[in-house]
Amino acid sequence: MYDVAIIGAGVIGTFIARELSRYKLKMVIIEKDNDVSNGTTKANSAIIHAGYDAKVGTNKGKFNVVGNTMFDQVCEALDVPFKRIGSLVIAFDEEEMKTIHSLYENGLKLGVPNMEVIDSTKVKEMEPTLNAAIVGALYAPTAGIISPYELAISLAENAIDNGAELLLNNKVDCIDKVYKGYKIHTNENVIDSRFVINCAGVYADDIYAMVDTPDFKIIPRRGQYYVLDKSAGEIVNKVIFQCPTKLGKGVLVSPTVHENVIIGPNAENLKDKEAIETTEDGLGFVKESAQKIYEDIPFNKNITTFAGLRAEPSTGDFIIEESKKAKGFINVAGIKSPGLSSSPAIADYVVEIVKDINGGLEEKKDFNPKIRKKIRFADLSDQEKTEIIKKDSRYGRIICRCETISEGEIVDAINRNAGATTVDGVKKRVRPGTGRCQGGFCGPRVMEILARELGRDMKDIVKDHKDSYILTGYTKEETEFEKVKDLVAPAIDK
Amino acid sequence: MDTRELVCIICPIGCRMTVVKDDYVSLGYKVTGNTCNRGEAYAVKEMTNPTRVIPTTVKIKNAQLNRLPVKTNAPVPKGLIFECMNIINKVEVEAPVRLGDIIIENILGTGIDVVATKTMEKI
Amino acid sequence: MLNYDIVVVGGGPAGLAAAIEAKKNGADHIVVIDREYELGGILQQCIHNGFGLHIFKEELTGPEYAERFIDELKEMNIEYKLDTMVLHINKDKQLSVINTVDGFLKIQAKAIILAMGCRERTRGAIAIPGSRPVGVMTAGTAQRFINMEGYMVGKKVVILGSGDIGLIMARRLTLEGAKVMAVAELMPFSSGLTRNIVQCLEDYNIPLLLSHTVIDIKGKERVESVVISKVDENRKPIPGTEIEYECDTLLLSVGLIPENELSKSAGIKLAQVTGGPIVNESMETTVEGIFACGNVVHVHDLVDWVTEESKKAGKNAARFIKKEIKPSKEIVKTIPGEGISYIVPHIIRSVNLEETVDLFMRVKNVYKNAKLVVKADEEIIKEIKKNYMAPGEMEQLKIPSSLFKEKQISEISVVVIKDGE
Repeated sequence: MYDVAIIGAGVIGTFIARELSRYKLKMVIIEKDNDVSNGTTKANSAIIHAGYDAKVGTNKGKFNVVGNTMFDQVCEALDVPFKRIGSLVIAFDEEEMKTIHSLYENGLKLGVPNMEVIDSTKVKEMEPTLNAAIVGALYAPTAGIISPYELAISLAENAIDNGAELLLNNKVDCIDKVYKGYKIHTNENVIDSRFVINCAGVYADDIYAMVDTPDFKIIPRRGQYYVLDKSAGEIVNKVIFQCPTKLGKGVLVSPTVHENVIIGPNAENLKDKEAIETTEDGLGFVKESAQKIYEDIPFNKNITTFAGLRAEPSTGDFIIEESKKAKGFINVAGIKSPGLSSSPAIADYVVEIVKDINGGLEEKKDFNPKIRKKIRFADLSDQEKTEIIKKDSRYGRIICRCETISEGEIVDAINRNAGATTVDGVKKRVRPGTGRCQGGFCGPRVMEILARELGRDMKDIVKDHKDSYILTGYTKEETEFEKVKDLVAPAIDK
Repeated sequence: MDTRELVCIICPIGCRMTVVKDDYVSLGYKVTGNTCNRGEAYAVKEMTNPTRVIPTTVKIKNAQLNRLPVKTNAPVPKGLIFECMNIINKVEVEAPVRLGDIIIENILGTGIDVVATKTMEKI
Repeated sequence: MLNYDIVVVGGGPAGLAAAIEAKKNGADHIVVIDREYELGGILQQCIHNGFGLHIFKEELTGPEYAERFIDELKEMNIEYKLDTMVLHINKDKQLSVINTVDGFLKIQAKAIILAMGCRERTRGAIAIPGSRPVGVMTAGTAQRFINMEGYMVGKKVVILGSGDIGLIMARRLTLEGAKVMAVAELMPFSSGLTRNIVQCLEDYNIPLLLSHTVIDIKGKERVESVVISKVDENRKPIPGTEIEYECDTLLLSVGLIPENELSKSAGIKLAQVTGGPIVNESMETTVEGIFACGNVVHVHDLVDWVTEESKKAGKNAARFIKKEIKPSKEIVKTIPGEGISYIVPHIIRSVNLEETVDLFMRVKNVYKNAKLVVKADEEIIKEIKKNYMAPGEMEQLKIPSSLFKEKQISEISVVVIKDGE
C-alpha cells in the first residue's frame, strides 16, 4: 500500500512528488507514457510569467506571482536552465495602451514586483529590432525562460533519489475506492494507495470520472510553435507578448534558455486529446501574427515546428482541491498557462492539502534537495574540459556537433534516476538532435549508446513512445525475392 | 519502326541519345546524340541486353561495422539482379577482408564475381 | 599548444586530397582531423558506383574511391586523428580540438584547410505540417543505417526530393526488399544526376513525380501514409490533386547545406547562395591562411570535382606557408549573371594564377540548346554551347590566365543565353 499515488509525470505531478518526497511517505508516480514530461510539459512556451494578467482572487492570480519567486532556488538545486530575462507586452495604439495600464494596475494588486509602463523610446532601447509602430509596453523584469521538460525530469529524478517510485507505460484504466484508499488498475499493474493525486493534464477529467462525476471538463487547446536555429541570433532579448485579447495572450516571440528563438502559439479548441499535429493554417497564423512584432523574423532559420495541448478547464481557473465525495483523491487539474509558472507554489499548496488530510507529515532527515550536478561540456572552460576528459574519456567524444554534446553527458542522462531510455528522452535531457541537423548525424550515434547502456539491440531502441520503432529490422534477413522478373524494368526492345 | 530516347548512364555527362532500329547498320541500331563510342555501345546494349553493376552489402562478423560493401565486378543482366541479391543476402564473411577480395565467385554462372569494395580490419 | 604547418579539418574526399597535395607541394607537418572512426567521410556510406570516372577513368564505389586516397595518405606518412572533434577555430589559426585519447588540445597551425563537407536539410527546414510520427528520416541517415549498420529503416517508402542521395536510396531500399512507392520532387526538374534517375528509378519502375510535394504526413506512432499534391508554377499545392500513399517511411532528400559553424567561429565570410565561405582563386577564405574545399564551399554533385578543387586548396596552402601566395589588392570579382545561381571562386587575384582558372557554377533552370557566355567587363570572351544544362549538374569553365595579363579587368560574369536570343 502506497501512501500517495500521483497520476501523471508532467511538471505538476513531478513537482508535487518532489515536494512530498521531503516527508516519510511511500509514493509512486504513475505515467501512461514512456518517459516523464511527455505531454503538455514538453510542448509549451517555456515561459515563467511575471503574473500580472490573472484575475485577482483566482488560483491563477494567487499561485503565479508566488511561484515565479521560487524558480531561482529550485532551478539552482536541480541544475535546470532558467533565466530571468524579463518580458514586454507591447501596444500598437492608445487603445492597447489602456490594456497595458490595466495590466499594470492588476499586477500591482497581485503583488508583481518592479513592473514599469514604458514608452516607445524605452522599448526601442530594450528591443531595437521590434516594429517601429509600437507605442509603448508593459515591462515586467521578473518574467523568465526555462526548460520545462528538464525541470520535470530533474524533479522526477530528485523525487526518486529521495525514495519515490516511477512507473512508466502504466495507463490508468480504472480506479476502485477501497477501504482506506484506492485501487488503481493500469494496463500493467494494480496499485493500492491511500491518497491519489490527479495530475493527468488533459486527461484529468477522465481520471476523475473514474471515482466521481466530474464537475469540470478539460478541453485540449492546441498551440503551435516554430523554433528557430541559434544562428537566427538574438532577435529579441526578452519575452515579447502582444496585447492580450479575449482569446488569450496571443503569439509571443522569445529566446529560449538554449539560445534558440521560440515563436507561438495559436489557440485551437479541440476534442482529440492526442492531436499534437501541426497544421498549415495554424503555423501560418503564428507566422503572420509574429511578424507584427518583428517583420523580418528569419523563418528560413526554422529548425522545427511542434504543437502542444493546453489543459483548458471549463471552470476557467486551476482546480486544486480534494474531491468532496472521493476523500483522499486530490485533483490538480486545468493547469494551463500560467501553470508552469505556478507549479512550485501549486506543489507547496498540495503538500498542505496532504498534510491536512493526513493530520500532518513527518519530515525525512536525509532529504536531499539537490541532484547530482550535470556536466554541460560545451559550457566548461578549456581547463575544465581538459580535467573532465582525463577523469572520464567519454567526455572527449562529441556526439552532437550542433550543440557540442559529449558521450559522457549522454551516458549520464541514461544512467540517472528517471533516466533516458529513448532517443527523444536523451534529446530532452541533454539536447543532441535539437540543433540544426535535428539528429541527422547524431541520431544513429545516440541509438548506439542507448543500445549499449541499456543492453538492447539497436532496432529495439524507440524514438519516444513504446511502439515508436525507428528501425524495422535488419537488412539481408527478411527478404527473399520471388517474382524477380516483375521487379525490374525489362529491356526496352522487348 | 522503333525510335527510343535514351539517357546515357556510362558517365555523368548523361548524353541524350536517340536510338532507331536499323537493320542496315552492323549493330542493328542507329544511335545519335552520343558524344563517345561508349555511349553508342550502351544504347545498343540497352535495347538488347541491358546490364547493371550491383553495388550492395554482405553481412560481416568481427568488424567495426555489421556490413561489408560489395559489388559485382562486371555488369550483370538486369533480369538477374534480384536473383543475385537472394544469393548475396545469404553470405556472411568474417573480418579481415581486403578491398577486391572475391566474396562470391561466378555468381549464377555469369562468370562475374562479387567483390569487396572496402578493406575491413578485424576488431 | 601543438604546432602544425597545416591542419586539415575533415577526412573525407576533400580533406584527403588536400592533405596529400599539400604534402606533395612541400608542406611537411600536416594533420588531418576527423570525427569518425575511419577516414573517407561520407564516401564510406556511398557504396554505389559512379565515382572516379574523371580522375581514375574507371567506375568506383564510394569506399573504393576513398580507399585509394586513404592508402596514399598512409603511404605518405601524413598524420591523422580519428574520433576527434574540432570545437573551435579562431582567425589566428588556433584550433581547440578534443578526443578521448589526447583530451583537450590547442593547436597552432600555419595554415588551415576546411573540409567539413555538408549536412542534410531536415524536415524542420522544409516545414511539412502534420503529426510527428516516427519514420521520417533524411536519406543520408537511412543510407548510413542500411549500408553501414545493416538495419532497415522501413518497408514501404516514399521519398521527397530527387537529389542524388534520394535517388540512390530508392534503388538501395528496393534491393533490400522495401517497396519504394514514389519519388516526389517539388521542382519541375530533378536536382539529381540523370544517370541516377535512369538506373535508380526507371530500372525499378519507381515513379518520379515532378512538380509534386508532400503536404501531409499521417500516422500516430509510425508513418501510416503521406499525402502528395501537385504544385503550380509558384510551387504552391494545387487543391484537388492530392493522392494519399500508404507507407511507413518518408525519406527526405531535400538538399544539402555546407557545414560552416567552424568557419563562422573563425570569422570567415560566407556567401549567401552557396552557404559556404567566399573563396579566392587559391581556395583561400576571407581569413588569410585558412583555405576551404569540397562541399563545405559549395555542394558538388561529383566527387571528382571535389578532389580537383581540394588539390588546389592543398597545393595553395603549401604555397602559402612558403610565402608564395601573394596578397593583392587587385581583385577580379566573378559575377553570376542571368541564369546562373553562383560561381566559385568568388574572387580572382590574377597574380596567383597558374595557366588557367577554373570557374565552377550552377545554372538556375533546365536549359536545352543554350550557351554559357563569359564576359570580362561586358566584353564577351568565351561562349560555350551546351545541349543540356540543369541545376543538378555543375558546370565548369576554364579561363586562361593570360586574359588578366593583357588588360585590367574588374569583373568576370557568366550568363546563360538560350538559342535564338
